Amino acid sequence: MVEENIKDINELSPEILDRAALTGIDPQEKERSGTFFQLNNSVICSRSKQEGIEALDLETALKKYDGLKEYYWKAVDPNKDEYTKMVKDAPPKGYFFRSLPGVETIFPLQSCLFMEQKGIIQKVHNIIIAEEGSHLHIITGCTVSPKAQGSMHIGISEFFVKKNASITFTMIHNWAEEVEARPRSVAYVEEGGTFINNYICMRPVKMLQLYPTVHLIGKGARTVGSSVILGKKNSVIDAGFRAILKAEGTSAESIARVVAEDESKIYSRGHMVGEVPNVKAHLECRGLVLSPKAYIYAVPELEAKQVNLEMSHEAAVGKIAEKEILYLMSRGLSEEEATSAIIRGFLKVDLTGLPPKLQAEVKALTEKELKNAL
Amino acid sequence: MEILKIENLWLEVEGKQLLKGLNLVVHEGEKTVLLGPNGSGKSTLLYTLMGFPNYKPKSGKIIFKGQDITNLPMHERVKLGMGLAFQNPPAIRGIKLSEMLQVCRKDISVEETATIAKLLNMEGFLDRDVNLNFSGGEAKRAELLQILAQKPEFVMFDEPDSGVDIENVELIGKQIEAFLSNHSGIVITHQGYILNFIKAARACILYDGNIICSGNPLDILEDIRVRGYEQCVKCNLRKRDE
Ligand SMILES: Nc1ncnc2c1ncn2[C@@H]1O[C@H](COP(=O)(O)OP(=O)(O)OP(=O)(O)O)[C@@H](O)[C@H]1O
Ligand SMILES: [Mg+2]
Repeated sequence: MVEENIKDINELSPEILDRAALTGIDPQEKERSGTFFQLNNSVICSRSKQEGIEALDLETALKKYDGLKEYYWKAVDPNKDEYTKMVKDAPPKGYFFRSLPGVETIFPLQSCLFMEQKGIIQKVHNIIIAEEGSHLHIITGCTVSPKAQGSMHIGISEFFVKKNASITFTMIHNWAEEVEARPRSVAYVEEGGTFINNYICMRPVKMLQLYPTVHLIGKGARTVGSSVILGKKNSVIDAGFRAILKAEGTSAESIARVVAEDESKIYSRGHMVGEVPNVKAHLECRGLVLSPKAYIYAVPELEAKQVNLEMSHEAAVGKIAEKEILYLMSRGLSEEEATSAIIRGFLKVDLTGLPPKLQAEVKALTEKELKNAL
Repeated sequence: MEILKIENLWLEVEGKQLLKGLNLVVHEGEKTVLLGPNGSGKSTLLYTLMGFPNYKPKSGKIIFKGQDITNLPMHERVKLGMGLAFQNPPAIRGIKLSEMLQVCRKDISVEETATIAKLLNMEGFLDRDVNLNFSGGEAKRAELLQILAQKPEFVMFDEPDSGVDIENVELIGKQIEAFLSNHSGIVITHQGYILNFIKAARACILYDGNIICSGNPLDILEDIRVRGYEQCVKCNLRKRDE
C-alpha cells in the first residue's frame, strides 16, 4: 500500500482499522466531531464535522495562520532533547485542533497516530487550543501494526487552554514489544481553565517515556492527570505527570495506577510545584508488583515555594494482598480468576471530566484491553 | 442425613496446635452455634472447612455431603455448596459490592440484586467498592448479602453480630434465620443476643482445639455467663451429647 495515495480513513486496510479501533478510533465517525489520522509520516485525513471546531493538519494550519507564532514551539522547547529536535528538524506533521470561543465539542475529536513500517521514526507535532469559554474533548490512539518492528514514535503536543475553557485529552497507547514511544506534552492553562489528561497503556512496549507538564498560569486553573499502566514482558515505562502551580487558587491532582508483570520496569513519577500561596496539589500512586522480576519505582515529588499551600502525596506499592485473593476464592473463583479480578479492579480509575458516553466508551475499551492483556 | 462430618481433625498453623482431633457432625437442615473464647480457634475451624491453603489439616477428614473434601481446593468446595461469611472481610479497591454479588452468582439478575439489597438496607452500597470504608455493621450486612446471593447449601457465619447495633442484630438475625430455615450452617457468636432470632437447637463450645461441650444454646450461654469458660471445661454435665 502506498500511503501517499490514501486519501481517507475509509481507504485504510481492515488490519489497520481493527488495530486502531482498539484505541477508540471509529472510522464511521458515528460519535465523533472529527478525525485526524496519520499513518507513519503521512497525514491520511484531517477534518471536523462540527462548526466552531477546527481540525487541520499542522502544515496547513501553519500556512493558514501565518506560522501560528503564538503557539508553535511556544509550550515545548524545540531543543529540549534529541527526540524533540528530531521533530523540529522534520517537516511539520501532526494535527491542529481548536475550539472557537464558547464552542463545545458535541462528540470528541479523534486522532490516530499509526505506525506500520519497520524501523520507522514517526514524528508528530500537535497544537491544541481551546479558546475562551470553549470545551474540547479529544480521544487519541497511538498504535502500530505487527510489521512496525523497531519503530519509534515521537509526539510533541502543545496545549493552550484559554480563560474558562477546558480540554480533556484521553490517550490510549497500544504498542508492541519492539517499539519505542516518547511523547512530549506541555500545557498552559489560563484563568478558570481546566486541563484533564487521561492516559491508558496496557500492551508491552520496548521503551515508553512521557512526562506531560502542565503550567497553571491563571487564577483558579485546574488540572487532573490520571494514568493506568500495565507493564508486561520486558517493557520499560517511565511515566509521570508534572504540574506547576503559578497562580492563586490553582489546583492539580495526579492519580496513577501501575501494575508491573513479568520483567517489566515501571517508573511512576509525579511532580508538583507550588510557586504561589493558596494552591492545592495532590499526588497519588498505587502500584502492584506481580512477579519477582518486575519492578516499580514510584517517585512522588512535592516542591513548595511558599507558605500557605496544601500539597500532599500518597504512594503505596506492593503485591496483591493474599487475603483479598482468598476472599474472592471463598466466593467461588479460582486463584487465577481472583488475581485477575483484583488487577482489573485495581486498574479501574474513574476518569474525570469526560462526558458520560465517552467515559463509558473508554471504560469498555479499557476492559477489553485488560481482558486481552491478562 | 449428615451434611458435614469432621473426623479427628488436627491442624497446626505457624507452629501452633489449633485443632486437636476435633470431631463434629452437622445434619442437613441443622443450625449449629459455635461458641468459644477469643483465640480458641473458631475462625480457624471455618477457614479449614472452607479450604484456605494455609489451614491444611495435618490429619483427619472432612466429609461434606458424603464426599471427602479434605484436600479439595476452595473453589471446588464452593461449587459443592459451601459458603463463608467473614468475621473481618477485606476491602477490595475497584470491585463493587454489586460485582461481588455477581461473583457469588454469575446469573444474578438486577431485580434480585435490588430485592436482597433492600432486605438488608444495602441499596446504597451496591455501587461502592466492597467493604472499603464500610462501618463494622455495614460490612456484616454486606457479608450476609453475598450469602443471600450465593445461596450456599451449607453456610458458616463467623460472628455476624459482633459490632452490630441492636436493631441491626435483629435484622441480620431474622434474615439468617430465614435463610437457614431451608439450608444448614454454623453460626459463631459471643454475645448470643442474635440467638433470640436464630432458633438453633444446638450449640458447641470449642476449647483447646476440641469441642468440649454441646447442648441447648441458651442453657450453655447461661452457663458460660455464670461460670465462665474455665468452669465449662471442668463440668461433665452435658459433655458431648451426640
Ligand atoms: N495464620 C495464623 N498465623 C498465626 N497465628 C494464627 C493464624 N491463624 C490463627 N492464629 C492464631 O490461632 C488462634 C485462633 O485464632 P482464631 O482466629 O481461630 O480464633 P477465634 O476463636 O476465631 O477468636 P475470636 O473469638 O477472637 O474471633 C489465635 O491465637 C490466633 O492468633
Ligand atoms: Mg474469630
